[in-house]
Amino acid sequence: MKYLDEFNDPELAASLLGEIAAVTTRPWTIMEVCGGQTHSIIRNGIDQLLPDTIELVHGPGCPVCVTPLNIIDQALSIAARPEVIFCSFGDMLRVPGSTSDLLRVRSEGGDVRAVYSPLDAVKLAAEHPEREVVFFAVGFETTAPANAMAVHLAEQRGLENFSVLVSHVLVPPAIEAIASSPGNRIDGFLAAGHVCSVMGTWQYGPLAARFSVPIVVTGFEPLDVLDGIRRVVVQLESGEARVENAYPRVVTEQGNATAQQMLDEVFDVCDRNWRGIGEIPQSGWRLADRYARFDAATRFAVDEIDTPESGRCRSGDVLRGLIKPSECAAFGVECTPRTPLGAPMVSSEGACAAYHQYRRLSVDEVPVRPPADSIRG
Amino acid sequence: MCLAVPGRIIEVWDDRGTPMATISFDGIEKEICLVYLPAAAVGDYAIVHAGFAISQVDEDQARVTLQTFAELGLLADELGSTER
Amino acid sequence: MADAPDVGGWTCPVPLRGHDRIVMGHGGGGKLSSELIEHLFVPAFNDGAAVELHDAATVPVTTGRLAFATDSYVVRPLFFAGGCIGDLAVNGTVNDLAMSGAQPIAMSAGFILEEGLPMATLAAVVDAMAAAATAAGVRIVTGDTKVVGVGQADGMYVNTAGIGMIPEHVDIRPGRARPGDVVILSGPIGEHGVAVLSTREGFEFGTDVRTDSAALNGLVGDMIAAFADIHVLRDATRGGVTAVLCEIAASARLGIEFDERAIPIPPAVAAACSFLGLDAMHIANEGKLVAFVPPEGVDDVMDAMHRHDLGRDACVIGRVVADHPGTVVARTALGALRVVDVPLGEQLPRIC
Repeated sequence: MKYLDEFNDPELAASLLGEIAAVTTRPWTIMEVCGGQTHSIIRNGIDQLLPDTIELVHGPGCPVCVTPLNIIDQALSIAARPEVIFCSFGDMLRVPGSTSDLLRVRSEGGDVRAVYSPLDAVKLAAEHPEREVVFFAVGFETTAPANAMAVHLAEQRGLENFSVLVSHVLVPPAIEAIASSPGNRIDGFLAAGHVCSVMGTWQYGPLAARFSVPIVVTGFEPLDVLDGIRRVVVQLESGEARVENAYPRVVTEQGNATAQQMLDEVFDVCDRNWRGIGEIPQSGWRLADRYARFDAATRFAVDEIDTPESGRCRSGDVLRGLIKPSECAAFGVECTPRTPLGAPMVSSEGACAAYHQYRRLSVDEVPVRPPADSIRG
Repeated sequence: MCLAVPGRIIEVWDDRGTPMATISFDGIEKEICLVYLPAAAVGDYAIVHAGFAISQVDEDQARVTLQTFAELGLLADELGSTER
Repeated sequence: MADAPDVGGWTCPVPLRGHDRIVMGHGGGGKLSSELIEHLFVPAFNDGAAVELHDAATVPVTTGRLAFATDSYVVRPLFFAGGCIGDLAVNGTVNDLAMSGAQPIAMSAGFILEEGLPMATLAAVVDAMAAAATAAGVRIVTGDTKVVGVGQADGMYVNTAGIGMIPEHVDIRPGRARPGDVVILSGPIGEHGVAVLSTREGFEFGTDVRTDSAALNGLVGDMIAAFADIHVLRDATRGGVTAVLCEIAASARLGIEFDERAIPIPPAVAAACSFLGLDAMHIANEGKLVAFVPPEGVDDVMDAMHRHDLGRDACVIGRVVADHPGTVVARTALGALRVVDVPLGEQLPRIC
């Protein structure tokens, strides 16, 4: 695919890796904020190929992972109702609530449907006036414009049988929470390119200045991530701490004005509870008053269910970058993709699931092999 | 988060006041909402996420970025610095 | 894909044609049932030749080892680009037999039909099955039909079972895998899964990708003729190539290493995977196989595959190793190693 394949070139990746090795003289700890970056790093083995002195820490950029437990339970409660068609991105279907998940609700008769776009849910609402169609509006700023338009269109078209269960979270407050938490050892951040394609990069300047950390906005293909890492290291080595845009083919400083206008209209900033981390003030979005009647939590009067998380689950520490998934005692033991304790083991972007799926073999298990060509005999 | 991929706009039209487009990803064609890219036209490349085009691909910048990577590699070769 | 049946070819004028939809009676064992058999199934599966109807078909076999396989088909939608449930049902069982090295001798076809299913739909599926069976050189000799109430069976479910003889000098099964075996893939992956997904509600997209559903027994026959001591064959259906490699590695308690760059993926499949967030290696195929061949046989087997229509894009993707038994390891395009595992359940399109 054009503008994708070129950024996967193994030779260029090798030279970027060489450059990174060449400029690194000291140990550095870098957090990639976005789950998509985590996925790319682990799937391509980038963390294995970096110099040992660079440690990559996987941040909380997985909206699925940080959706609070009580909202998942609200979703399950709504989805179980016979009049409801519950629509969701595929990512959410396996995330465990206190006692169940959406797939299980479906097996018990709930009409739960995976969709590609919130517009598919709007379409269903128009086609099924006799049913209540609810869309699980989860995501960071990248997905918010899509969800906002769905609500806007529902209002425009008079679809009173449509509603959204909102759990939107924002990246800059998350970075702030991480950078200001005691025990923080992150030297630099890779910011999320697609979030910034919507919001621009201007929000990150104050963060870089306040915490003296380089923040580089990157894309998601291997070359993009490697270049991002390279730029962070170059800054760190020379004592700089500023925002850089390493994804200029998609990201601009101002971002997408049309999208931001719609976001202002449909959403209001609010405090949000991040699963595993706790409450971060002004870190989420809820529906603005004008659209309040499209809020599914109110429409279905779902009570706040307050359930303690598993004591063994350390997803909060993982999401804040304090430990690696493999350092959690439950990892791979009682917590596996089949029996997850927390969301990062379920979501395809979750650090724990990524670790489990693409797990490293220890040096003992994999003897050094000659280059790939010899596999072909 | 944010699985979003580049595709080429091959058709645009209006759906009850909402701009829509058909976007092609190497032959895979998908209907996408174009409301957030009012200036986009047929032939442009856009980044697509959850059924929406959220950003246009700046093709010049893409070329510049790839060129930079290529030059890094050449520089490394010239200086023999890959074994540093 | 089969078109609607040519009703002029049916031998009995009435009363079958009085029903344009399946009703409960068609599964009841009475007149309606036998009319369905005589005027739809038998003409389709027996090329119009007269046949004696018994509870069981009689099939003469030679002595030796009989391969016996069955599969049920519940695909939705029933029709998709390049095929339908009927092709899958025949080719799937033929392929299961072929993975033991057997050529198919006879097959059964069991139908569970939803009341209200249009007769034309059933006829189209049956025609497709007849065509697939002819192409594979096998006959459907027995079957059964049941009808269930509206809302059940998604239109129709089909089960096929088949028997075939395994040639004497052939021993093909996971346990025969050995370190050093070369892993060969018969062609590009992901087409069937993408073709079906493109019509699924909520994910529709336009594409030219068609199912690769095909009977592999001809290809397998050629491969065995070129080199009899093939160790393992497996068709890469549900779970894709990943599932095959992981199952064989686990079953044989050996390691498998492969090169990601060696896996052929058509651009349209790669594009669909990109925008939906799927991994092509996990996607179902219906006309692709993976072969484990000792090094001394690779050249002959590859030649034979390349000369066959269904194997012209065959390529080496990896090898069996004694290290990390039970685990499949991929070398990424960047040169790193990563463990490959089957996903927990169905792969779901994602935004994250």
